[in-house]
Formats: sequence, C-alpha cells, structure tokens
Amino acid sequence: MAEIATGPMSRRVGSIRRLLERYPFLPALGIVAALFLLNGFFSPASLSYRALTGLLSTYMALILLSIAQTYVVYAGDIDLSVGSILSLVNVTIIVLMERWGGGAGAVLLSLALGLLLGLACGLVNGLVVAALRLQAIVATFATSIFFTGLALYILPVAGTPAPTLFWRTYGGRLFGLPFVFYILAVLLVLLFMLARTRLAAQLLAVGDDRQAAYQTGLPVVSVRIRGYLLCGLFAALAAFCITGDTASGDPLVGGKMTLYSVAAVVLGGSALAGGWGTVVGSLLGALTIGLINSLVFFMGTPSEWQNFMQGLAILLVLMAGVLAGRRARP
Amino acid sequence: MNQVISFIRQPVVVALVLIVALLYLGQLLSPGFASGGQILRLLIVAALLGIVAAGQNVVILGGREGIDLSVGGIVSLSAIIAGNVMNGADSGILPAIAACLAAGAFFGLLNGLGVTLLRIPPLVMTLGMLGVLQGLLVVIRMGIPSGQAAPALSRFVTQPLVFGLPGIIWLWIAVGLLMAFMLHRTVFGHRIYAIGSNEHAAYMAGVPVRPMRIALFVISGMFAALAGLCLLGYSGSSFANVGEQYTLTSIIAVVFGGTSLAGGKGGYTGTMAGAVLLVILQGILTTVNIDESGRQMVFGATLLLLMTFYGRGRAMRV
Repeated sequence: MAEIATGPMSRRVGSIRRLLERYPFLPALGIVAALFLLNGFFSPASLSYRALTGLLSTYMALILLSIAQTYVVYAGDIDLSVGSILSLVNVTIIVLMERWGGGAGAVLLSLALGLLLGLACGLVNGLVVAALRLQAIVATFATSIFFTGLALYILPVAGTPAPTLFWRTYGGRLFGLPFVFYILAVLLVLLFMLARTRLAAQLLAVGDDRQAAYQTGLPVVSVRIRGYLLCGLFAALAAFCITGDTASGDPLVGGKMTLYSVAAVVLGGSALAGGWGTVVGSLLGALTIGLINSLVFFMGTPSEWQNFMQGLAILLVLMAGVLAGRRARP
Repeated sequence: MNQVISFIRQPVVVALVLIVALLYLGQLLSPGFASGGQILRLLIVAALLGIVAAGQNVVILGGREGIDLSVGGIVSLSAIIAGNVMNGADSGILPAIAACLAAGAFFGLLNGLGVTLLRIPPLVMTLGMLGVLQGLLVVIRMGIPSGQAAPALSRFVTQPLVFGLPGIIWLWIAVGLLMAFMLHRTVFGHRIYAIGSNEHAAYMAGVPVRPMRIALFVISGMFAALAGLCLLGYSGSSFANVGEQYTLTSIIAVVFGGTSLAGGKGGYTGTMAGAVLLVILQGILTTVNIDESGRQMVFGATLLLLMTFYGRGRAMRV
C-alpha cells in the first residue's frame, strides 16, 4: 500500500520497488553491466566478440550449475552436492565416450546416460532430504562425499581426454555463430518455459511457507523431490559444458564450484530461505563471478593478490545483492 | 519404560553407543584398532575437530539460520600465522597465541557485523568470508614461508602431559567444562538459547540480540583460531588449506551431537561425542584396506545412515 503515501519522493521509491518486484534480477543486471564497463575500461579487448565467446564458454558450466541450485533454493532447500554431481557426470561421460569409440552415436548415447545419472543423483538427494527429512545442508554434504567416491571409482585420476568431436563442437561454430550462443539461446527458451510450469510455482510456494503449502493441498514431499530432480538434471547439463570446455575428465573438477553456485544464486537476488527468486538472476550471478575474476586479472592485480581481490569483490557484491534483494521483496 | 526410551533416544547416548559399536567394529576389522595408544591418537584428532565445533555449536545454537562456513579458512589462517610468529622457537608461543586469537576474533567480528548490522544471512556472509580468507592464504603463502611449530607446542599436542594424556586432550576437557558452564550456568548462555528459540521474544525480554549474535561469531572465530594453532602443533608445519575440511565436518559433529540446525536446542556435550564418533568413523575407514573411492562412498553412506538416528524433521501435519 505504498501508493497511499503522498509526495514525489515516496512515489519514486514506490515505482522502483514495483520495478524490482516485477524484475528482481535488475540489481544483478546492473552489476553485470557495470562489470562489463569496468572490464572494457581496463582492457578494451575484453569486450571483443572473441573474448565474450570465451567468457561464455568458460562460465556456461557455472551458469547451469547456479540454475540447478536455484530450483532447490526456490523450495527453501540447498544442495551442497551439485559440484560432485557435475564431477560424477563429467567422468562418466568421458569414460563412456572413450569406451564406445568417440563417434557421434557414442557421444549422444553417453550424454543421454549422463542426464539419467544426473537425475538419479537428484533423486537420491530428494529422497534423503524430503522423504527421510534429514537437514539439507548436512545430508547433501554426505551425498556429495558419496558421489565424489563414485567419481573417483570411475576415473581415479584426472586426464582421460574427451573425443575430438565433442570438444570441437562445444568450442566451435555452427552456421557462423559460436556453438555456446546456441546453448545460451536454447537455455533461455528452456528457462522461460520452465518458469511457466506448475512446478516452478509449486516450488516457490513450498519455499515461501511449507506448512501453508501443505495445508493448501500441495504434495510438499514430491514437490521438493522434483526440485532436486531438476537440480540434478541441470547439474548434468553443466557437466556437459565443463567437459566441452576442459576436454577431459577430472573426478574433482566440480569440488570448488558448489559454493560458487550458492553465491551466484544469492548474487542473483534470490532468497536462500526460499519462496523468492529468479533463475535469470542466478545466470547473471554466475556471470558476475566470471566477470569479477577477469576484471581482477585485467586490472593488473599481482598474481598472489588475485584470489584475495576476487574473494573480497564477491563478498561485497553478495552483500549488495542481499540488500537490493531485500528491498525488492513484496 | 518411557523414561528408558527417552534416555536411549538422547543424542549423547546415541553417540556413545555408536562410538562403542564402531570401536568394536574397528577392532574386528583390524585388531589393535581399539588399543589405548590408537584411541589416544584418535582423541587428539577429535580434540582438534571438537574445538572448532565448539564455536560452530554456539553460532548454530543462536538460531536464525546461524552457521559459520568460514571456520575452515580461519583454521588455515591461524595455523600459518602461528607458524610464522613462533617459527620453531618456544619463546614465540605466547605472541603466536595472541596473534591467532586476535585474527580469529577479527574475522568473527566481521562476520557478526555483516550478519547483524547488514542483516546478511549467516550462510552467505560466512561463505563470502571464506572466499576472502582463502585469498588471504594465497597472499601469505606466496609472501613468506609457512613457518614451523615450536617444539613445546608439538609436545603439548602429541606427547603425554598429565596422567598419560597429551595437553590438547586436557585443553579439550577444559573447553568442554567451559562450554558447559557458559551454556548452562551463565546469563550469557541462557541468552544464547533464548535468541535461538525465539529471537523476538528474547528481544522483548530485554536480551541485547545484536551484540549477542556478534559475540557468538567472535567466539566461533576464536575457537577456530585456537584449533588452527593446535593443528600446527599436530602437523609440525602449516601447509596449504590445512583447515579446509573443518568447515563441514564441524557442522556434522554438531548435528551428531544432537544440536538442531534450527537453533535453540542442544549442547556441547553431545557435540564432543559427535566429534569423537566422526573421527572414529574416519579412523576405521583409513585402517581397512580399500581404495580412496570406496572409502569415500562408505563414509558418505554411513554419514547418511547415522543422520537418520538424529533429529529428523517433523512430518507435515494439517
């Protein structure tokens, strides 16, 4: 009821709030735009077509992983195993593709099995968190140890290369456009469609008030499990991208990415408590992390200070993201 | 009968029963596992984890999604600071203790300020702080050598001191007594439970909620720093990210001790048992002859299994 208040000042605040309510990812978009400008200022070449393609193909995996994380955060849960699901799918498809000869059929079949594996991991998480009612943070940490063990069993040491066909396609061009652009386009369409599904609304309802959702008649347990399934699916897609980018298998490749995915979700303005957020925000959040990393590099930071500057910058934008997100919440 | 059941269902009792069972299992799998010397070694490792978990415990008890993901970073940082300040000389121990505790308190204070003044969720604030700390570790490691533990510190952690127990075990017992006293016999302790179970009611009753919450994070940082110092004594010299593993294991120790992640319920005695339980489990897995991959799978699956013994969430009811 902000409209009741009079005066030009309050009306302006009200309209900003309305804009934020409608597009909660706007602050994240502003941060991304500012980071692009800063990158361009320190290194004009970083805004070139080529550099942007490189940025996208490097961070596409984190983008997808952050989106995966978003769907469980919608429902007020969290998944600390996304990074290990990514590692597991990465080594599995690498080993399968190599065993089956690396042809087009082998690649497609391996990817299909990779998706199933991601779904299976999501199902395990959903069952222990929603059905067994264990606490999400510790339970998914435990499953992450299990998944990592499985990944180590499938490929004990990093290094098996991906078939040329696979990484050439990922890093190459199709009809004159870089392949990652098609991935991004398909992803955006997919996200748009998913946002209109009943499941997205149900996840947000469960995250907003679990008890109320239950009393309204929502199958809370099954909704939360489906959130984890979606998470596992996107984690598998993220694994495909990291496989295309690194062109090899590594059982520990995703270890560091889990916490980044949580950070990206928060950067995107979603509430960790659930019930409020957007996947586009998480996409922008993942880009923010990528842009901060390259900005710190382009600013000519001494190499030993780079990690510190990245950590500090991410902490600061995390704070900004939380503060802006809170303002936007209805 | 009901009393017996509620006694058996107490987390501390569950943990103790599991500890005995695991020791028995370990002895079966590898004779000598439950020998005195071996148990002592496990207790030293458990003490390191238990000290970190003490800080984690108070933050979690304080509620409002309280959690400290930065403890692993503080443990590593403290080990490096201690190594450099003492640099192998006994005379440097006191300055090292002071420097470590100051550093732990400083980062805990930053966490607390972010959580209270800016109202950043603890998970986000301490996660961001972990990134900063990891960056800081790189800076320090590249700038100066990692440093050596003073002989007296190593003796304190690894050699028997009184009644055949190393100093660190006594230190852990002291931490346990201090925590028990603080949580159950002081106003401060009662206020932790108060803000943990109902922050608003506590505020209305006159509890200074914000200063309390800041204090909890400072305590957590200082316990993590203390553990980092002892860890240096245990390993002799500090190396990269030596404390990383403590972040999530400290949370698991707290959960195994029966403290609810929702806050306001639990205590430190259980957490001590939880830390021992976790370390024994890891100990068994290192003694049995299986690959790293199998070890991790069994560890993850066992953690899940054990979690089902503890406070599972309530089923939805209309």
